[in-house]
Amino acid sequence: MISQAVPPTSIYLPYLAELLRVESIAEREKLFEFKLSHGKELGHKPGQFVEISLFGIGEMPISISSSPTRKGSFELAVRAVGNVTNALHRLSKGATVGIRGPFGNGFPVDNLKGKDIVIVAGGIGLFPLRSLINYILDKRSEFGRLIILSGSRTPQERMFVNELEKWHKREDVELLETVDEGDEEWTGHVGVVTTLSSEVHIDPEKIFAVVVGPPVMYKFVVAECHKKGIPDERIIMSLERRMKCGIGKCGHCQINGVYVCQEGPVFTYAEVKKLREAI
Amino acid sequence: MENKIIEKQNMAPFVDNLINAEAEVIGPKRKDGKYAFDKLIETGELCLDYDTTLLPPKMYLFPPKETLIKFELGKEPKVEPVAEAKPLILFGVHPYDIKAIELLDVAFSTTNPDINYLSKREKAVIIGVDCLNPNPNAFCPSLGTATAETGFDLMLTDIGDSYVVAIGSSKGEQLLTKYAETREASQAELAQRNSERQKALARYKVTLNISPEELPQLLGKSWDSPWWKEKSEKCLSCGSCIVVCPTCFCFDVQDDIALNLKEGERYRQWDGCMLADFAAVAGEGNFRGDKESRFRHRMYRKGKYIWERYEKLGCVGCGRCASACLAEIASPAETFNKLKEESK
Repeated sequence: MISQAVPPTSIYLPYLAELLRVESIAEREKLFEFKLSHGKELGHKPGQFVEISLFGIGEMPISISSSPTRKGSFELAVRAVGNVTNALHRLSKGATVGIRGPFGNGFPVDNLKGKDIVIVAGGIGLFPLRSLINYILDKRSEFGRLIILSGSRTPQERMFVNELEKWHKREDVELLETVDEGDEEWTGHVGVVTTLSSEVHIDPEKIFAVVVGPPVMYKFVVAECHKKGIPDERIIMSLERRMKCGIGKCGHCQINGVYVCQEGPVFTYAEVKKLREAI
Repeated sequence: MENKIIEKQNMAPFVDNLINAEAEVIGPKRKDGKYAFDKLIETGELCLDYDTTLLPPKMYLFPPKETLIKFELGKEPKVEPVAEAKPLILFGVHPYDIKAIELLDVAFSTTNPDINYLSKREKAVIIGVDCLNPNPNAFCPSLGTATAETGFDLMLTDIGDSYVVAIGSSKGEQLLTKYAETREASQAELAQRNSERQKALARYKVTLNISPEELPQLLGKSWDSPWWKEKSEKCLSCGSCIVVCPTCFCFDVQDDIALNLKEGERYRQWDGCMLADFAAVAGEGNFRGDKESRFRHRMYRKGKYIWERYEKLGCVGCGRCASACLAEIASPAETFNKLKEESK
């Protein structure tokens, strides 16, 4: 009668992971480096997420910020906004957390191979995109141009400043940055991320756009992509939802009939535009 | 399928034998003028001619609150999975609730098998009973859920002085052999069962003016209907409809910690898309922040999304939501009929 036998173990049981390092990124954001206690790799793809447990506080879906090409540990960049994330921010090196996952589909790296890629990051959208950027950099010859457009609200809210500087210096990366509001010290571009578009010249035949940012950003970026001639199938985005289970049961992440934790969180715009309430 | 007869005077001993010998027996009992599934202490409490129960028997397979893991804090936290299950006999389950359990079986076993549900399900015996006195809000015949051919171990039908018992599994057959006095069913008695089922069909008061197979397509083109806003304005966002639903399986996950701040547990509890913060994310975002979108999402799950994913309808027509809803907006039949009318 039931189509599957009782499984040997619980899909809700987290593995333990040790916190190796904490680094401050910005006022409300920190980077956490973890190693799974069983010694194995997390085995993720760029764009996937984990459920992180702070036992007694709760569990949260967090995108993975490190590239799987960098072995031995993995990194999560987290903004402190709720109970679990604030508790995570209070942890220091040596603490133990629970990890389930990796979950979700991740960025379609195989489809991106040989293509030019323009990455559009809004605010902490850079957190999941950093995994993809470092993946591409570690396999640089397998990809075409790498253009990164990064937008922050203010100069203080720029994420991964050291890495941005590093990418800036590389000849095989075209990085353009902007802030919504500048200050006395900021000499760079001012304006929302779409205002960088006029400075970018692309070959629409061989480019993929990968876009992650606050929901409000997507429709403006998609409009710019369309202006540049990038078709919907090659506009890729990662959607935020509060996945409580990560395994397609609890229903919290559902957009229409789609479970974002299963079919997503990465979608092409061709898929997203068929969904209502998606962005 | 093999059929037997249990004379009515032999039903009480059968149930008593089950209560005494086999496992915890859960059945419909009277409760404040309505009916509720509960543990049977004695046969006399069992009401097999009920209309519907307040809550579906789902609660014994997917409890309102259930521990998923236990943990002990410390330098090296200890974590262990919890999946409690004990032998259970669900006695007197109506066909629509059996159909709902068949959906849950698929939902909890597909892709990522859920040990908490499946271990309970494996230990549960389902003894069904045909619903001959339907609740006034039910519309099972329109969805093909008024009777069930699968999903049970035994299925009873009241034919007057006796029950016809259809045997659905070897587990059911063993229980019957061991604990009940039965005899072979005659052709006349089987004909009588058909006749009782036919008579019951005529007692349903609500009809769907569309076949269930057409629902996904109808909903597919009804997204922008004014109905969603118009009807949902009265919604109290109380979640009564999702709590009483036999097919709803969404949940929330929370941690609890003991007063010693050392031991704790992670549990899941029923949650659902009609509650205001169900689709909320960190910060201030809520992807279904208004009543209209939540109301529509629930109806789409019932008639489209679940069907497209699991090839089973997300509604079995039991009418519990319509009975529980204070704002009188929850009946899927009303919405589906309205949309059908609009689409003409």
